[in-house]
Amino acid sequence: MSMTMTQKILAAHCGKEMVKPGEFIEIDLDMVLGNDITTPVAIKEFWKMDAKEVFDKEKISIVLDHFTPNKDIRSAQQSKACRDFAKQMQIKHFYDVGKMGVEHALLPEKGIVKAGDAIIGADSHTCTYGALGAFSTGTGSTDMAAGMATGKAWIKIPEAIKVTVSGEPSKYVCGKDVILHLIGMIGVEGALYKSIEFCGDGIKNLSMDDRFTIANMAVEAGAKNGIFPVDEKTIEYMDERVNKAYEIFDADNNAAYEKEIEINLSDLRPIVAFPHLPENTKTIDEAEKENINIDQVVIGSCTNGRIEDMRMAARIMKGKTINENVRTIIIPATQDVYMQCIQEGLIDIFIQSGAVVSTPTCGPCLGGYMGILASGERAITTTNRNFVGRMGHIASEVYLASPAVAAASAIAGKIAGPESV
Amino acid sequence: MIVKGKTFKYGNNIDTDVIIPARYLNTSEPDELAKYCMEDIDKNFSKKVQKGDIIVGCKNFGCGSSREHAPIAIKASGISCVIAESFGRIFYRNSFNIGLPIIESAEASRQIEKDDEVEIDFETGKIHNITKNEVYMAAPFPEFIRKIIYSDGLVGYVKDKIYNKMPEEKI
Repeated sequence: MSMTMTQKILAAHCGKEMVKPGEFIEIDLDMVLGNDITTPVAIKEFWKMDAKEVFDKEKISIVLDHFTPNKDIRSAQQSKACRDFAKQMQIKHFYDVGKMGVEHALLPEKGIVKAGDAIIGADSHTCTYGALGAFSTGTGSTDMAAGMATGKAWIKIPEAIKVTVSGEPSKYVCGKDVILHLIGMIGVEGALYKSIEFCGDGIKNLSMDDRFTIANMAVEAGAKNGIFPVDEKTIEYMDERVNKAYEIFDADNNAAYEKEIEINLSDLRPIVAFPHLPENTKTIDEAEKENINIDQVVIGSCTNGRIEDMRMAARIMKGKTINENVRTIIIPATQDVYMQCIQEGLIDIFIQSGAVVSTPTCGPCLGGYMGILASGERAITTTNRNFVGRMGHIASEVYLASPAVAAASAIAGKIAGPESV
Repeated sequence: MIVKGKTFKYGNNIDTDVIIPARYLNTSEPDELAKYCMEDIDKNFSKKVQKGDIIVGCKNFGCGSSREHAPIAIKASGISCVIAESFGRIFYRNSFNIGLPIIESAEASRQIEKDDEVEIDFETGKIHNITKNEVYMAAPFPEFIRKIIYSDGLVGYVKDKIYNKMPEEKI
């Protein structure tokens, strides 16, 4: 019997030659991740397990990114709990204010996740690292606690959906449009409990930043993980950052897939997901016709806060003024992305056009702080969820789109594509 | 184990943001979280819920964020079980990990209505709708999940297996 790429990585991490869909296994972990919201719960559970030490202080990452720099006293207490634990356990990859960035942009950039790894994170968007050819999946805090204590996690071997990508995207089409298009096709539970495995010769036309965005939102289709094969671009990315050996896995040629889907990048248009589910997608051409006025734009997050996202937003906003009715919040996802924005003059462009630029934080994406919406307000954002109340009041609305569409909408004051401004 | 209670009924894709909104994630105290459970979709849930009550959802219950605060809030509200046609996968594992019983049953999810009185036997997977006098059978839990349930969650499982060195077959 043959295996998918995900199944092969999982088999290798539980010492088996072969695994089958539906089988329960316990895998050895290469990295266990948590943030300032999920780690405090994990620490409590860790002590309840009678654990004394972490399994490996180099294989745990704690990133204080959600409500930091702390928004209130309770958040400060939570960060302090993480900080104290990280010090006590001598956690190597602990990132506090000044070093931290949005976790799923930060870990690949620091080279601490890599191809062939098995990674769990107490954050649903941990599936991002599938872009590097790793198995990585979101779990809860108790899983994080067990992972920190034992270096293991329980996993049910998933079936897979195969997505064959061909063609080349047009100028303003990026990773966000690919994944929103896919979620629009299969729905928010279209890949429930499954892997989404990308393949095909169109992948070479997707940058690493595009692939991170695509893998990041696999969870919005319900998937356990999204994964890309390792190619020259992946190797080049890792060789600049990773200083450990990595392992490249490929799906067997005759691997069985539950479903097969084809996406031709050349056919795609920029996509907007309407409230209140990421599956409610329309092309920018359809969306523009509805004349939807907006109050706020957010460009950032683990989905779209990387340097290419910033460059794209700057390209659209350069020399233009943001509509007087729109507040635009731009959040480079890490300190390195922030510095690169400064060096390339992007911050000047943002501020001159009327945007604010913030230190890295997840803040507004989950309605934490730094851009909460009032009743009846509408935002277009490059984040990943548009659920009821996600960014603030339950009577507010969130539209999801790429940095190009979000930036164009900021200028236009209503949902607009980059070709319209 | 048998539980019995009145049901709260919700639709498809009940996400963890509405189960416990992020504005309350600056704490992880179960009783505190319970005060705001389901607030954005059912304002009076925390006032109406009684110990033993059951939540019935449809497809993809608990999708979205990995926050364990969601099943923690539900459990601390006194809910004895969540039934749905399917669950968001992280919510699914979090629930077993923290000792909140959940059951997948398309039939029960379809047939049970708000305020029905329902009794669930976790051993047999029998779901008895007392109000409608109907019985729905759910598939039994996989063996590995049973072990976690018998250990009262993943904390107990890890404790038994790793730190108390209990042989796997005894868990």
